[in-house]
Amino acid sequence: MTTRTVLPAAQVRPSSARRDTVTLVGRGFRLARRNVDALYTGLALPVILMVLFVEIFGGAVHFGVTYVDYVVPGVLILSAGFVSAQTAVTVNQDMTGGMIDRLKSMDVSGAAVLCGHVVTNMLRNLASLVVALAVSFALGFRPHASPLDWAAALGIILLFIFAFSWLAACVGLVTRSPEGAGNVVFAMIFLPYPSSAFVPIATLPAWIRGFAGHQPITPVVDTFRGLLLHTPTGHSPLVASVWCAGLLAASIALAAALFRRRAA
Amino acid sequence: MGAAPAITARGLRKSFGALQVLRGIDLEVPAGSVLALLGRNGAGKTTMVRILTTLLRPDAGMAAVAGFDVVSQTHAVRRAISLTGQSAAVDGLQTGEETLFMMGRLWGLSRRQARLRASGLLERFDLADAGRRRVGTYSGGMRRRLDLAASLVAEPAVIFLDEPTTGLDLPSRQTMWAAIAGLAGRGVTVFLTTQSLEEADRLADQVAIIDGGIVAVQGTPGELKTRVGTERLRISFTDRAAYDRALTLLAAHQPVADQAHLRVEVETDGTAAATRALLDAVDPAASLIANFDLRRPTLDDVFFAYTTEPAGSDSSLQR
Repeated sequence: MTTRTVLPAAQVRPSSARRDTVTLVGRGFRLARRNVDALYTGLALPVILMVLFVEIFGGAVHFGVTYVDYVVPGVLILSAGFVSAQTAVTVNQDMTGGMIDRLKSMDVSGAAVLCGHVVTNMLRNLASLVVALAVSFALGFRPHASPLDWAAALGIILLFIFAFSWLAACVGLVTRSPEGAGNVVFAMIFLPYPSSAFVPIATLPAWIRGFAGHQPITPVVDTFRGLLLHTPTGHSPLVASVWCAGLLAASIALAAALFRRRAA
Repeated sequence: MGAAPAITARGLRKSFGALQVLRGIDLEVPAGSVLALLGRNGAGKTTMVRILTTLLRPDAGMAAVAGFDVVSQTHAVRRAISLTGQSAAVDGLQTGEETLFMMGRLWGLSRRQARLRASGLLERFDLADAGRRRVGTYSGGMRRRLDLAASLVAEPAVIFLDEPTTGLDLPSRQTMWAAIAGLAGRGVTVFLTTQSLEEADRLADQVAIIDGGIVAVQGTPGELKTRVGTERLRISFTDRAAYDRALTLLAAHQPVADQAHLRVEVETDGTAAATRALLDAVDPAASLIANFDLRRPTLDDVFFAYTTEPAGSDSSLQR
């Protein structure tokens, strides 16, 4: 007989995707906190972007509203894009390094691995959102909104970020290197510019207005503004919700398929 | 304890596109033993590990690990094994302690058990002092030891090590060898791939060499060495003409030629009489031989005897 000591089966609980996700979020959070680049992107960049748009560009923008009130949701989404690029990078690092083989051979599910990255990204984004909003208040952002309006406005932004996190995870799954993954997400970060995020669509060149009016960021920022500043929203809340829910469902399905293909 | 094999493979085949990597692997590893899988680069060692650890499905054939089928019983296989791959699966920004604690939690240990297990493993792998340091500050050897420790949080019955010492300096390599030998001493079955014949010789109960997608030979290091002869006689000549003449004269002894060093090697039984006869045959006037030596065959000899070179490589570099 052998002398090795094995833990009695009763001491080892059956694997649980939820517990694994919590463990992996803990890991992601530790890694994010200690990664200087990611910290800069998460905490300093929102400040820089907010100051840049409100103070530097804002002085030249005149279309009948206080620019800080107008531009806040656009900056929140832009910085969420930068922050979420990190998710594509960390997902890719796990897939291209030895980590995924180790985790799979330990019977940790792909869902737990990906949820770990996405939930970590949501925590990072919450931190940047708080920083960015604090700066926007310091720069004169003065919404007149009830707590319910606030909850709904932040809700739609977070739903969008959640969907985008899964999309970033897909990028991490489909690219060949962490650098490649980061670059693809950075290319996607241009999406807020041709939208109502920074200037009204009516001021954009005619050829891009069609695209700007029918991409997801326009209804999301219009909803945010409508809720906090009581500007007319039209169908924006509905359109934004449908966009976010659709993007979320499609990204999760795509991530699952890509994960199966890559780490069968 | 029964003699049921810990690992069985029958007719395993795997292709990547047009490239047939495995063409019918048959292998058996008794429980509690150490098997070293040898082969040239690209021979399919890692593919074999990935199939046995459920990370890759074979195209044909079957394999069982710890009594479970690697295709239809993946979860049961995963609960019985651990894998330490070629790239260390540890995060540079976590400490050694955090890494092991995390692995323990992922395995299903309680927080308390995971903490105890982490400190026990750090102690056992000589990492206790470095446990609170970030892994990014570790040397290559420490990283590998931590990686191995991380694969042991669950006390697996079968351990897969894919080239565990590649890229390590000699002291780190020896520490790893001691750690692996320690596992074998605890009754764990170890399946390791390696490029190092010395490693296989030191650690393995059984050595299997794969070549051309099949197991070319399997046996204990001792058995394999006797297969390629009992003793090797190596003769260096003073000039090219003598070297060429000796090659012709020794043709029946299947000489291994090393033209760069004007050296010829043949098998012998190691007796004085046989050695003298061979030396006299190639150099009757006792003037052409610069020097000679006798040596026991090593696993290197076995390796070269049972593997074929990939097309396009320079055969003069073989020895």
